[in-house]
Amino acid sequence: MRVDPKLHYHAPLLQTPFHLRTSVANRLNQWGAWAGYTTALAFEDEAMEYTAIRNAASVFDLCPMVKYRISGPDVVAYLNRLTVRDVGKLSVGGVQYTIWCDDAGKIIDDGTLFHLGPDDFRICCQERHLPWLLDAAFGYQVGVVEETEAVAALSLQGPCAATVLAAAGFDVWGLKPFRMARFAFGAGGVMISRTGFTGDLGYELWTAPEMALPLWDALFAAGAAYGIRPIGSHALDIARIEAGFIITNMDFIPVHQAVREDRSRSPLEMGLGWMIDWQKGQFNGRRALVAERDAGGGKWALVGLDIGGNVSAEGSLLYHNQKTEAGFVTAAAWSPTTKRNVALAHLERKYLTGGNLWVEIYALRELQYAKLMVPVQIVERPFFNPARKRATPPGRF
Amino acid sequence: MPSFDVIVIGGGTNGLAAAARLQGAGRRVLVLEAGTQVGGAAVGPEFAPGFGRPALAHIVHQMDPRVMAGMGLARHGLGFVARDLASTAVSLRGDHLRLDGVLGADLHGEVGQADRAAWAALRAQLLAFAGVLAPFKAVVPPRLAKGVGNEHLRLAKLGLAVRMLGKANFRELMRMLLINVADVLNDELDDDRLKGLLGFDATLGSWLGPQSPNSLILLLNRLAGEGAGVRGALALPAGGMAAVAQAMVRAAAAVGVEVRLGSRVESVIIEADRARGVRLAGGEEIPAGLVVSAANPKTTFLQLVGPRHLDTGFVNRIRHQKSRGAAAKLHLALTGVPDFRGADLRSRLVIAPSLRAVENAYNAVKYGEVPQEPVMEIVLPSAFEAGHAPTGQHLLSAIVQFAPHAPKAGADAARAEMLARTLAVLEAHAPGIGAMISHAEMLMPYDIEARYGMVGGNWHHGELSVEQMLFNRPLPGAAQYAAPVAGLWLAGAGCHPGGGISGAAGWNAAERIIREVRA
Repeated sequence: MRVDPKLHYHAPLLQTPFHLRTSVANRLNQWGAWAGYTTALAFEDEAMEYTAIRNAASVFDLCPMVKYRISGPDVVAYLNRLTVRDVGKLSVGGVQYTIWCDDAGKIIDDGTLFHLGPDDFRICCQERHLPWLLDAAFGYQVGVVEETEAVAALSLQGPCAATVLAAAGFDVWGLKPFRMARFAFGAGGVMISRTGFTGDLGYELWTAPEMALPLWDALFAAGAAYGIRPIGSHALDIARIEAGFIITNMDFIPVHQAVREDRSRSPLEMGLGWMIDWQKGQFNGRRALVAERDAGGGKWALVGLDIGGNVSAEGSLLYHNQKTEAGFVTAAAWSPTTKRNVALAHLERKYLTGGNLWVEIYALRELQYAKLMVPVQIVERPFFNPARKRATPPGRF
Repeated sequence: MPSFDVIVIGGGTNGLAAAARLQGAGRRVLVLEAGTQVGGAAVGPEFAPGFGRPALAHIVHQMDPRVMAGMGLARHGLGFVARDLASTAVSLRGDHLRLDGVLGADLHGEVGQADRAAWAALRAQLLAFAGVLAPFKAVVPPRLAKGVGNEHLRLAKLGLAVRMLGKANFRELMRMLLINVADVLNDELDDDRLKGLLGFDATLGSWLGPQSPNSLILLLNRLAGEGAGVRGALALPAGGMAAVAQAMVRAAAAVGVEVRLGSRVESVIIEADRARGVRLAGGEEIPAGLVVSAANPKTTFLQLVGPRHLDTGFVNRIRHQKSRGAAAKLHLALTGVPDFRGADLRSRLVIAPSLRAVENAYNAVKYGEVPQEPVMEIVLPSAFEAGHAPTGQHLLSAIVQFAPHAPKAGADAARAEMLARTLAVLEAHAPGIGAMISHAEMLMPYDIEARYGMVGGNWHHGELSVEQMLFNRPLPGAAQYAAPVAGLWLAGAGCHPGGGISGAAGWNAAERIIREVRA
């Protein structure tokens, strides 16, 4: 699979280990670039793909997610200094959603941290961070290895996900959210974690690239009776907005990529203050974040919005009292499941209370924009939060 | 056990200055010195039987007047055998050029009228520039941010003084501030001896050649310092450099500072993100409200504090702080009186025959090599007073440039090569000197690092160069003497305004602590 780096220009976009299957399934031939890979935006029908996430079983190819293997005797101390959560509380077999910040307490990226074994972790994230991870390793006995291409990963999400896995021979009934387990599957097996990006019952499957196609085939054979479908990123995007999840470079700019000084965001500004462990000791950005916390929590606040009407508000500006700019929408969708027009937005913190917030939507209607000023309500995230997401064992179908 | 408000790590000149100032302000201060004597670069170990102990530094030209007066160093025994040391640009042909008075107010030797006039003008200009820059040494570097407690009024006054140089001079300062010293000298002067000496002085203790960008500002910085109370002058303490250390120790003791020798600090104790004291190499823990490190900044952050208590970006910056030493130190015990073709031994002897010679010597270290013909400044303390060498014999102390801090040839081979080539240059300029040597010691940058704790062997505990000056010294985020860890302060030469036997950094740090931290 590994391409000679000197010949990268021959293939500006790489194919994932599932490409032989996804390319056949992609009847719309809709592709997009994601982290250096060509990935499906939609396969057959976006609405049906979204429906599979919420009503059946969906398969998403997440190979382009960047993966780092971090191991060594100091790895827990290293990760505690790198990330904001207490990694000491994450037992072997556990998974943490986490973020890491620079000295100024601005977010570098978010990702999931997998405690694979004693002194052995994997970080899975959106952007590449090897220089930072290596710099952070100074003074620690840890090794950091990029293993993005060494792991093939699929996401299986939807109410039938556990049933499909069981039918494929993987008994995941006892697996709790944010836990993982290894299963026999050809050479090397497969690791299955109860994680996902849909806010629904779901699992992520991690295996060697050589086992990618057999794994795909096994899932689709087992899931045929349950309406299993490959999904593209468009359908996933609707589901993740309903779940209130943020995406790097869509809902915030990683500080290492931000050109404009005011574009970076702290965890407090992104509604992630809950994950900061203030008591665990030093971590990158701690001093800046303590100061920010004590001063009120930063200029911005990430909010979930319920918007009147049914016109999606992507990229719209928020106004206070219809006059003063108060923020902007980073993600928006008509939520098919909740039947609400929802959005994620950066709102200046001073407008968090008091209401009187509006969104100015430019609705494109046959080549002509109609300007709408629509009232919005700040609402709790996630917008959609089904009990089946947490139930263990999950329901059978 | 007595408890202390402040622990100062390192009993060098800056550590002692900070300690004395803090104790004088009512804080109870303990100085912990790893070695067997305090004084830092102002002291040295036993050298040769019957000879004095040569220190790393051998001329005073950066002594902070606040330290001199505030510690009462004169009262505590600091005197000078030379307050305005002349310099001799030693020539192979014996036609030496002697610079008398501050920065060669009088030139003695064959120099053309045009050069004399040009030198008078350039000298006045350099001293004027140094004069307006000098007060910046005594301020806490400003931070480039709003509402961070900058001393606006004071800084504005200093800035105004710079502007008051007048339109033409101000414009010239702006033009010349970041220029290289070779261009300035070649623009104005013809005399190779004079240019060689000034180019040598500008790059002394740096990792720059005369043609390197920003080398002039180092000459201005040097001239902005004081010897024995006179700006730009060179001074020799009576009793050798150790006399400065002795006076400082007495002064510190007189106000009540406690000094413990042989106490190597292993780590700063940090609890709840605050420095609570120190742990010594033997395991002993000493608590204190404040910890002031006059040790090297890299050592302080990477070893005494440790990356685990710091942010990754900060650790990155301190790791990459430049700290390459390129000056070697030569000590010779001489059985007779050396003859530098008649040059006055009661002056500073500089062997740097031209700018090209200095640049060539610098070129070698860029590639980790020993230069063919090193350049050097020589002081014979025994020519000024008794006590440094047995009667009729001499102690020669020389700073020899440029010496690689990480030689390709290996430490021992490079040291031997550096010694051989230095002695060859000396022999050429003072025929017969080689036969007089009864004992020789060559300290390479890595030897200086081992003996004095100066990382990379750099005298300033971090290169003094324009990108590591003022608010960039030792690095942004710690340039106002406060470390990121509460209760931990820096006070060493690694901070503004840098090294030299000075005490300025320690005094500045103490002033800020007194202002910001309640007793």
